[in-house]
Amino acid sequence: MSEHGIQLTINGRPHAATVEGRLTLSDFLRIKAGYTGVHVGCEHGVCGACTVIVDGQAVRSCLMLAVQADGASITTVEGLAADDGTLHPVQQALRDEHALQCGFCTPGVVMTLAALTSGAGKPSARTLLEALSGHVCRCTGYQGIRRAALKLAGESQGPAE
Amino acid sequence: MKPAPFDYVAPQTIEEACERLSEAGGGATLLAGGQSLMPLLALRLSQPFILIDINRIAALKGISRLEGGTRIGPIVRQNAIIADSTLAGDLPVLVTATRHVGHHQTRNRGTIGGSIALGEPAAELPATAVALGASVEARSTRGTRRIAAADLYLGPYATALEPDELMTDIHFPDWPADTIPLFHEVAMRPGDFALLGLTGAAVVADGRISRIGLAWFGMGPTPMRARQVEAALIAQPIAKLDWRGVAELAIADTAPLDDQHATAEYRRTVARRVFESTVRAALAAGREP
Repeated sequence: MSEHGIQLTINGRPHAATVEGRLTLSDFLRIKAGYTGVHVGCEHGVCGACTVIVDGQAVRSCLMLAVQADGASITTVEGLAADDGTLHPVQQALRDEHALQCGFCTPGVVMTLAALTSGAGKPSARTLLEALSGHVCRCTGYQGIRRAALKLAGESQGPAE
Repeated sequence: MKPAPFDYVAPQTIEEACERLSEAGGGATLLAGGQSLMPLLALRLSQPFILIDINRIAALKGISRLEGGTRIGPIVRQNAIIADSTLAGDLPVLVTATRHVGHHQTRNRGTIGGSIALGEPAAELPATAVALGASVEARSTRGTRRIAAADLYLGPYATALEPDELMTDIHFPDWPADTIPLFHEVAMRPGDFALLGLTGAAVVADGRISRIGLAWFGMGPTPMRARQVEAALIAQPIAKLDWRGVAELAIADTAPLDDQHATAEYRRTVARRVFESTVRAALAAGREP
């Protein structure tokens, strides 16, 4: 059983820690770094609740080891809203469209949509809706989340199937 | 912590990784994208003594054009394959197949080599490698060898790669610019494991098929190359084909199993229709001048 020193940036702040090889990134973020906005549901890559942004891309943090994040820049849901409490556009869209009920899956959904809408150019509704298939929500029936995604894509109607 | 304890090493070079594999004597597991391995570790279905993380080996990255083909590094992320403009033109069916692997979030980590080395029978990429005539290079401290994808799969999750071997490249031969991509997947929902699917490519010249590679996934213990139908189609005039009979030949090389999702007979029935609707339609469209 090996232990490893890691240095990484979380929500713009540098962190250093010593971790066991088998520690998942999700457990590291919650337990060692205190970012409990990272929700852990299935812990084997099915539900999407633990999704965070690693070096610009949405990934499931339960399917990565903390030691693999050495040198990485990570954003969790805590890193999105402005210091004065102004919500990130993705958070605002989800709020406006009543896209959450219990809120357990929401941080993961937010991080996927934030990763895809942060680059140059607007992603299509199809891109966002396909990415949402990587999240399980047991409350909403997805319609609010879908409306929020369409709003973020600037499209009033979804793609024809 | 859910995984059982293990030692973790992240070598920087292929040579170092091969030495680690050799020292471990079969007790090591390679970690590429981890999108299948991490769940197995979390469920303790996999309990390696040593986890060798190959993500920091620069020589395993990159997509490059070679004489006669394309070399793809085994740790190239699946979403990088989808985004690659050269592959979209040169190997469109590989790009289409990769779009069907898992979800956007898992494709950001998941690698082409990880999927090909895992050998999941219902996976898109092993079957596509078989259909397109790809091969992989396997390296160990004992030497280097090249294995055709068609010879790689021995059974579910069982490949010809030895426990001390590391896949160091994946080679796809060139297909001409007017190649017709052939791909269809049947799944309960997008992103789910496929119930079954067909993947491959064909070249048509003067109304006849001059080259074809086809393989099934989810239709047996490994990717199943559809050799009999390939032989039956080659050089035949497309306009005169008996598609009902050809569809029967298309499933002749398969060995589907009953499982909780579908019976073997159901899979064969669906596969005949998938073959006819996919290949017939694509060839009919492709032979228009």
